[in-house]
Amino acid sequence: MPFVNWLKRNLVVIAGLLTLAYLLLPNIIVTVFSFNKPKGRFNYEWQQFSLDAWKDPCGVSDLCGSLSVSLQIAFWATLGATLLGTLIAFALVRYRFRARGAVNSLIFLPMAMPEVVMAASLLTLFLNMGAQLGFWTILIAHIMFCLSFVVTAVKARVMSMDPKLEEAARDLYAGPFQTFVRVTLPIAAPGIAAGALLAFALSFDDFIITNFNAGSTLTFPMFVWGSAQRGTPVQINVIGTAMFVVAVLFVLASMAVGHRRNRQKA
Amino acid sequence: MTNQTDPTGDVRLTGISKTYGAFTAVHPLDLTVPQGSFFALLGASGCGKTTTLRMIAGLEEPSSGTVFLGDQDVTALPPYKRPVNTVFQSYALFPHLDIFENVAFGLRRRGWKSVKKQVEEMLDLVQLGEQARKKPHQLSGGQQQRVAVARALINHPKVLLLDEPLGALDLKLRRQMQLELKRIQTEVGITFIHVTHDQEEAMTMADTVAVMNAGRVEQLGTPADLYENPRTTFVANFLGTSNFIEAEVDSKSGDDIVLKAGGGKLLLPEARCGAPTTTGGKVLVGVRPEKISLTHADDAGEIPEGRNRITGRIADSSFIGVSTQYVVDSPVCADFEVYAQNLDRDPRLVPGAEVVLHWNPAHTFGLDATQDADAGVEEAA
Amino acid sequence: MSTLTEAPPPLAPEAPGPKPPKRRGRWTPYWLLLPGILWLLVFFALPMVYQASTSVQTGSLEEGYKVTWHFATYWDALSAYWPQFVRSVLYAGTATILCLLLGYPLAYLIAFRAGRWRNLIMILVIAPFFTSFLIRTLAWKTILADGGPLVGALNTLHVLDVTSWLGLTAGDRVLATPLAVICGLTYNFLPFMILPLYTSLERIDGRLHEAAGDLYARPWTTFRKVTFPLSMPGVVSGTLLTFIPAAGDYVNADLLGSTDTRMVGNVIQTQFLRVLDYPTAAALSFILMAAILLMVTLYIRRSGTEDLV
Repeated sequence: MPFVNWLKRNLVVIAGLLTLAYLLLPNIIVTVFSFNKPKGRFNYEWQQFSLDAWKDPCGVSDLCGSLSVSLQIAFWATLGATLLGTLIAFALVRYRFRARGAVNSLIFLPMAMPEVVMAASLLTLFLNMGAQLGFWTILIAHIMFCLSFVVTAVKARVMSMDPKLEEAARDLYAGPFQTFVRVTLPIAAPGIAAGALLAFALSFDDFIITNFNAGSTLTFPMFVWGSAQRGTPVQINVIGTAMFVVAVLFVLASMAVGHRRNRQKA
Repeated sequence: MTNQTDPTGDVRLTGISKTYGAFTAVHPLDLTVPQGSFFALLGASGCGKTTTLRMIAGLEEPSSGTVFLGDQDVTALPPYKRPVNTVFQSYALFPHLDIFENVAFGLRRRGWKSVKKQVEEMLDLVQLGEQARKKPHQLSGGQQQRVAVARALINHPKVLLLDEPLGALDLKLRRQMQLELKRIQTEVGITFIHVTHDQEEAMTMADTVAVMNAGRVEQLGTPADLYENPRTTFVANFLGTSNFIEAEVDSKSGDDIVLKAGGGKLLLPEARCGAPTTTGGKVLVGVRPEKISLTHADDAGEIPEGRNRITGRIADSSFIGVSTQYVVDSPVCADFEVYAQNLDRDPRLVPGAEVVLHWNPAHTFGLDATQDADAGVEEAA
Repeated sequence: MSTLTEAPPPLAPEAPGPKPPKRRGRWTPYWLLLPGILWLLVFFALPMVYQASTSVQTGSLEEGYKVTWHFATYWDALSAYWPQFVRSVLYAGTATILCLLLGYPLAYLIAFRAGRWRNLIMILVIAPFFTSFLIRTLAWKTILADGGPLVGALNTLHVLDVTSWLGLTAGDRVLATPLAVICGLTYNFLPFMILPLYTSLERIDGRLHEAAGDLYARPWTTFRKVTFPLSMPGVVSGTLLTFIPAAGDYVNADLLGSTDTRMVGNVIQTQFLRVLDYPTAAALSFILMAAILLMVTLYIRRSGTEDLV
């Protein structure tokens, strides 16, 4: 029974590909429905092919405004979290100090906490302080929950770095500052970049914490959430599809560059 | 600052030590490395040789003592202000810089604007001119090793420190690099201090070897001197193999001491004895395996007079090409090792055969019997 | 939340690595830590204190709230909303198990069988993150739509009869039922399972499989005795990374469910943002936090912390 044997050998491959299909199905739907021309306010049923939404992605009020708010917050949150997180990561890997365990726990806890708990407690703080909810409270919250992820990413990289490299730099007439700028930072850069990318993605796509602490400020996920109640414009799918395509192209391009570089070296 | 052109560029360590909490890595140590010499610090891992090296480089602060380069006290100087460079174990080449920039690193940090000529010359010296624009991970182990040497040498340090520089290479490449390093050292005339656990490497390359054990220098001398006249069992075992016989001082005869061991007598030149020689005193008599000749007991009469002799039975023999290594069981010493060159092999010399071991008394050395005859055996293995 | 690193974040404070080298500047580490740690203390730890305090306050929105150590709020909240708590644990638990069952083959496929397709599949797992998860969750409304091809097929195959009998669906609908919510949760947190699984599987030396085969283990035995035990760190951090956010989620229950599928996250959100009953909301949030931390601690202890990366 060659077919049964083949099936037995490849069962895991088939199961894995089915899971992959499950993961990708919604993206396919999102893409297909970006060419839809829905009858009512909701874009859940296929009606007819149309390029209207692609021709006018900002045609819905608030959509592109919220996108811009999200991008701004993601940018500043990435900057802040990467800076603070990198400092912490260096302190944790490179120094021995008291309260190390406490610091580690404080880094770990935000990652082990349901988002809704952090969101709710942060809101109680802001309410108690009488803070005006909006751009700044969102930014503060985003830096807070991105921080731990940046620390983890940078720490992994710095830990795998050979301390002899810095000794070599000092041996070769580089003072402490030169050593940091010329050797430590460039070698830690991939870890810092990974942390920053992660922070950007987390911040840009965050909904729950933003939902609690946004006040009347509208981010892109908030806009989508609202439209799920009021009516989903096709433009949402256009933005979602565009981001997917841009991301895949970006990754493919960076892989191609890396591949070419490797070939040149060889 | 004393003047940089000091004619005596010796490295002098006076009373230098390093302790970590309760652990003493290096006991107070005095050591002078003459300018232009190839000096090796030899010892097993954890003996303090690398710590000593790092204190010279400035990467480790000594707990006590002073480091002099010529007349200049550099103890308080950070590594980037010392005219000393290091070739690190596993090289520590900067992975993000190409070979050219790795080699240029030191010059650039000292504010040199045009480094092209120097770097290219240096890369030619280590035969890597073609590889200048490659990244370290694209080079073979031997090439990386040469980059590490070039990166340090280009700065014209007063002293070049080498921390197990050949440890990551395979045997054949290691041999080749040993000669290469020796050539470079002769060419540039800079003092090399080389840390290694490989006794053969130390003996091949260095003019002077300091054998370290447990944070102290056990013995210092030329490779031949250390090998022929070890002063401790550790040195005798760590550098090559030694056979030891416990013996008692019987009398003196001219320049030789007559010793009793088992039923027989052995001669030992008094000059080669590092133990007290009062009559009745105990002495460890040492002899290297390759100095010993092996004669079948039936031919004992043919052995010339005046040689030290011992009887025994061959317990094991292994043929290894250039020589045959025998283990001989003798009443005065179990597991006596004998290396016989394969000139005229006597077919009777097989395990079980009764034999007489004999050697020129001049090749005998005597050590203090209070020490462990097996010290350094494990470490050398 | 979404993530895109190849190596997922560790889920436990890791064991101390090699001793960091001692440096001369004694205060330097504290200066490095200061801004970030201060940020976490003020905007993560302090809010927890405020929340705890809010949960024992009484009063009204108009007159303001005062701390009166009114612990009865906890009891009231629990007795009013225990079904939502139970639902959260059940839905999140089911979704976690489904994630493990679905995610393991894919992680295994990427680690051992994908060959030159490995990078491409990896990109396909991560890339959906770049489309907002809300948009993707809304797409499930289309996929599971009443009378749509999927629901029709399930109906014809009598699958819906079974799920109805289990109480997961109602009639010939999938949308607005527990099944839809669990399906959404599984979908949303699946990558959080796949990435740590892949990381720990990828570390396994392929020769171990050959060795097991050489020692007379059949493929299934090899998996049970070698592969799966070695992937335990990934299983542990994957289940935690899936269960924790799923238990606190309210987006899937809101978009794909009905009033009968509300989870504790929905209650907290409504109480905080619509009803404005802060003490009850704070108490619920506090209970959720305590329950999760307790479960996580027990789970990590049971599965052996040392193995966690």
